Amino acid sequence: MTPEISFMLIKVAIVLTGLLAVVPIMLFVERRGSALIQNRLGPNRMGPFGMFQAACDVLKFIFKEDSTPTHVNKFYYTIAPWLVVIPAFMTFAVIPFAGSLSMDGNHFNFQVANLDVGVLYCFAIASLGVYGIIMAGWASNNKYSLLGSLRSSAQMISYELTLGLSIVGLMMIFQSVRLGDIAAAQGETLFTVAGLNVPKWGIFIQPVGFLLFLISVFAETNRLPFDLPEGESELIAGYHLEYGSMKFALFMMGEFINMSVASALIATLFFGGWQLLPGLAWVVQQVANITQVDVLLVTVLFQGVSFVIKVAFFMWFFVWVRWTLPRFRFDQLMNLGWKVLFPLGLVNLFVTGILIYKGVL
Amino acid sequence: MLAQRKPGILNRFYLIEIVRGLWITLRNFLFHEKVTLQFPEQRRDYSPRYRGQHYIKTVNEVENCTACMLCPTVCPAECIHIVAGEREDKEKYPIKFEIDILRCCFCGMCEEACPKDAIKLSNIYEMSQEHREVYTKDFLLEQRGNKK
Ligand code: SF4
Ligand code: SF4
Repeated sequence: MTPEISFMLIKVAIVLTGLLAVVPIMLFVERRGSALIQNRLGPNRMGPFGMFQAACDVLKFIFKEDSTPTHVNKFYYTIAPWLVVIPAFMTFAVIPFAGSLSMDGNHFNFQVANLDVGVLYCFAIASLGVYGIIMAGWASNNKYSLLGSLRSSAQMISYELTLGLSIVGLMMIFQSVRLGDIAAAQGETLFTVAGLNVPKWGIFIQPVGFLLFLISVFAETNRLPFDLPEGESELIAGYHLEYGSMKFALFMMGEFINMSVASALIATLFFGGWQLLPGLAWVVQQVANITQVDVLLVTVLFQGVSFVIKVAFFMWFFVWVRWTLPRFRFDQLMNLGWKVLFPLGLVNLFVTGILIYKGVL
Repeated sequence: MLAQRKPGILNRFYLIEIVRGLWITLRNFLFHEKVTLQFPEQRRDYSPRYRGQHYIKTVNEVENCTACMLCPTVCPAECIHIVAGEREDKEKYPIKFEIDILRCCFCGMCEEACPKDAIKLSNIYEMSQEHREVYTKDFLLEQRGNKK
């Protein structure tokens, strides 16, 4: 096995285990976070702080009877959960989780696939996820499920436009759609205030784009306040109403993994991706001095840590928003998407274009 | 009629309100006192008037009940079944006193009707069982949760 292939396998393993680990962690965070926000305690009996509750939940899902209702279309009913989960996993392939490293003539890229289409691939694969939801709703042969998946398709299509538009400005500035390039370019200094370097992070050069992206990403991942496809008060549970045991758990996994991909995208596009968090550069120097390890290796390690911290923050942000905002009504959702966010995206693009032409950005 | 409220221009620009909302939830998350009662270790104290599990009050190990049949008469759920008998000293007493607790609606009318201060409802509220329980006289005579 050549070093490239083995390194590739290691990267795949890291990403896969990382994404799979996200699910129980988010189960825990979601349950306890929601409880604490509502002034409850939440599950706190299993293990320290109730951390093993997630394991119990998963065990319960595994041992539940996997029954298929008789009125469903068996084929589509069975493959729909997979169609939600697999694209969710695939999207993460292009996201760089640390900078590149050159050692002993070998060049390591901490990114499963450094595709030229980069972020476009993300959007393309992510929009495949909607097929799983539509199939689930259709195959369930249940009016609530069908309504849920209809809503979800309308919502996803509307917000995909804004999602795409919101980052065109970034692409224009960084002149690349490769996520690796975008993350690397954000290491430059934008301007210096009182000795503090403000990095060229996406949020500083595209604040409006960031807001649009954030809002549409919430709609894309079907999280509150845009979780109309599930809307338990009016649609019971929407598209996954007829699902139970592990099949339902797959939908949930898909949601959490979509969330982590979305958080990773936000971090990569607007918060410098794997760029060291402010202050960590000093820590890297100290660690390298003390342990006598090559400074490049330590840097890569801390870049990974920075990336994980940024992603974790946005994962928490997803949970936080979920337990703060009430659900939108469907017409409000559509109004917001088409009449507010979409024009704003166009204006943002226009202004960015002018600024680039004038040489400001 | 719906009360129409015109949101100001700042409120219509939702983001500020959203940030304020996020701050509220964060404050609750971090600082607010949690109201959860961790049940088996902590228990809620109900008022003495709470109507829980029944018992029959005894004085000197003899039940107060004289089998006057007022409680089975008043019971709206008809779940008290008494067979009366006579003691050596010619006193009337219940040979059998059963409460079909699954039918009981805990209205407390039996306690109200009883002239002898015999049947009473205690503060005990943990009554779950794995089988359908009928409270027998022996069970009721254990002074569980006696309020004195
Ligand atoms: S509490 Fe009410 S329902 Fe229960 S036994 Fe007494 S009178 Fe009957
Ligand atoms: S009302 Fe009191 S004394 Fe009469 S039968 Fe019922 S418990 Fe006994």
